[in-house]
Amino acid sequence: MTDTAAPGRSLWATALLRLRRNRAAMASLVILALIACLAIFGPRLAPHGYAEVYPEFVKVAPSLRPYPQEDQVIPAAERALKRARVELGEITIDNGTVRIPLTSPREIDPRLARYLDRSDVFTEARIVDLSPDGKSAVAEARVQQLYFLMGTDANGRDLLSRILISLRISLTIGLLATAVALTIGVVYGATAGFLGGRIDNLMMRVVDILYSLPFVFFVILLVVFFGRNVVLMFIAVGAVEWLDMARIVRGQTLSLRRREFVQAAEAMGVSGGAIIRRHIIPNTLGTVIIYMTLLIPKVILLESFLSFLGLGVQEPLTSLGVLIAEGAKNMRNAPYMLIYPAATMTVLLFALNFLGDGLRDALDPKDR
Amino acid sequence: MLIYALRRLLGAIPTLFIIVTAAFFMMRLAPGGPFDQERTLEATVMANLNATFGLDKPLWQQYAIYLGNLFQGDMGPSFIYRDKRVHEILAEGLPVSVQLGASALLLAFVLGTALGTVAALRQNSRVDYAVIAVATFGITVPNFVVAPVLSLVFAVMLGWLPAQGWGDWRQMILPVIALALPQVAVIARLIRGAMIEALRSDHVRTARAYGLPARMVVAKHALRAAILPAISYLGPAAAALLTGSIVVEQVFNLPGIGRYFVQGALNRDYTLVMGTVVIVAVFVVVFNLLVDLAYALLDPRVRYD
Repeated sequence: MTDTAAPGRSLWATALLRLRRNRAAMASLVILALIACLAIFGPRLAPHGYAEVYPEFVKVAPSLRPYPQEDQVIPAAERALKRARVELGEITIDNGTVRIPLTSPREIDPRLARYLDRSDVFTEARIVDLSPDGKSAVAEARVQQLYFLMGTDANGRDLLSRILISLRISLTIGLLATAVALTIGVVYGATAGFLGGRIDNLMMRVVDILYSLPFVFFVILLVVFFGRNVVLMFIAVGAVEWLDMARIVRGQTLSLRRREFVQAAEAMGVSGGAIIRRHIIPNTLGTVIIYMTLLIPKVILLESFLSFLGLGVQEPLTSLGVLIAEGAKNMRNAPYMLIYPAATMTVLLFALNFLGDGLRDALDPKDR
Repeated sequence: MLIYALRRLLGAIPTLFIIVTAAFFMMRLAPGGPFDQERTLEATVMANLNATFGLDKPLWQQYAIYLGNLFQGDMGPSFIYRDKRVHEILAEGLPVSVQLGASALLLAFVLGTALGTVAALRQNSRVDYAVIAVATFGITVPNFVVAPVLSLVFAVMLGWLPAQGWGDWRQMILPVIALALPQVAVIARLIRGAMIEALRSDHVRTARAYGLPARMVVAKHALRAAILPAISYLGPAAAALLTGSIVVEQVFNLPGIGRYFVQGALNRDYTLVMGTVVIVAVFVVVFNLLVDLAYALLDPRVRYD
């Protein structure tokens, strides 16, 4: 670097400077902040509940105009009143209100308005202009204005709300399972590196063996057989992804172990466990943070993979993997059900990977 | 070399043993059994079924019997597909999965090497950036996104290729691409990095100085060194292909063994799941061995003794 004459700059300040210069990483940071906001506040701000079912609007296409669209109102009214056993006159729509003249050989019960209310299309239905003999009347109801910006799924649930809640689930599981993997990996690696010798050999041999196993198959077995609860998902995913972390931390520990401050602590009679806690682990944190940002996308991927196979999060909750699997099933007549979740997943993973790479480049002391 | 191969093969036996044992007991410890259906069976029927399949014996005895049969190449009867033995079911699905996986691996290796080499030869050109973009995309976007999207675009929207099924070569194109893409990406990245380094190395400079044609220098001298990291990645690549094939077989509805694994696990079809695990484990172990041996053949610096 050219600015060696400048006053001393800390590792973190330099890293931040380098990160700021990395445009892809900064863009990713902004996108991730946006995604995080969507995941936290989105489900509350969304126009529909993620589990709310609209039977009248199954697999409607994404649209900026509100549902029901004009040509749907009259058929919907006819459908709603089919079982009311009344003759329908000519239905007119005026300014968001539908007027339906009714005639019947018997007296019309005003409670019949409920047939309309029950439909997703109408609200505030009431009977007006009831004739004196009670045999003809006009039903009035307001037409709903429902926006489905990303369409609805095969059960008539708003896809946008479901993507928002799935972001929340995927990110939460991603973070928690990363924490599990991190804890196992750091403790295991630090212990192996600190103890050294034969125990280190044995512990790393175990890691090597685990590396060569088709581990995902065991995760699938675990999840299938012991019920599909979310806690188990954390453990299963964490149990697979800790191996890299253990290797990295062990390597760091081996070099830290020979440093003076560790030897000084040893000479003062500090116990092994306390040295690992107070000296080794805090000094590996920089590296650990870098690999954590690279671990999060891997963990999200594994969770979505399990969910894609139908082994992950259960209805009515959802995750990106579930949405993509449903989209794949329905892509013939509702391609948007695949496109939106797949695009969301792609953006999320790209942002996480670019930020991870950027952080690694920024913090890596190798090419300073 | 031969002794090393034999020793590695012998060393694989404990690994396989651990896998089989772990899978066997993990499955049996789980609640539920293969004959739990929505309509509960009568107690006598249940007892008879359990006796027929040997599920009434103590667990350790079942384990011993299973191991004994396994050594003779018999994986036991399937609990769900009643009239078939597990090795028959797997023998039907295995050719499909192997063909799919081998094609994907071949494609990944050839295409990845080609892309990586081209990118390294024209470093910082447009071609290089395009390759890097493809590689980043392939590494980032997982199988279960790529496979349905490929199917949507090329089968449903454009109608160029069939969306499902197996038998015709046209039906293989999309699954193989979906399966190979992430590995193409990784291999291209590895080769690009190693190639850039190799092109700067002394022996390549010497070869150039001798006046060898540029193509010869790249193909014979630089590539030979650059290909090593890609070779050693083939082991993990094969493992990734195995997991990926579960997704791809499901999306494209292929009759491979991947779907038996998930279905079998959901149905508690103990023997079928065990069979799949054994096959996959054997495959991974043998493949890793082959990769190590190939490494020794290609890199004269590696000596096994």
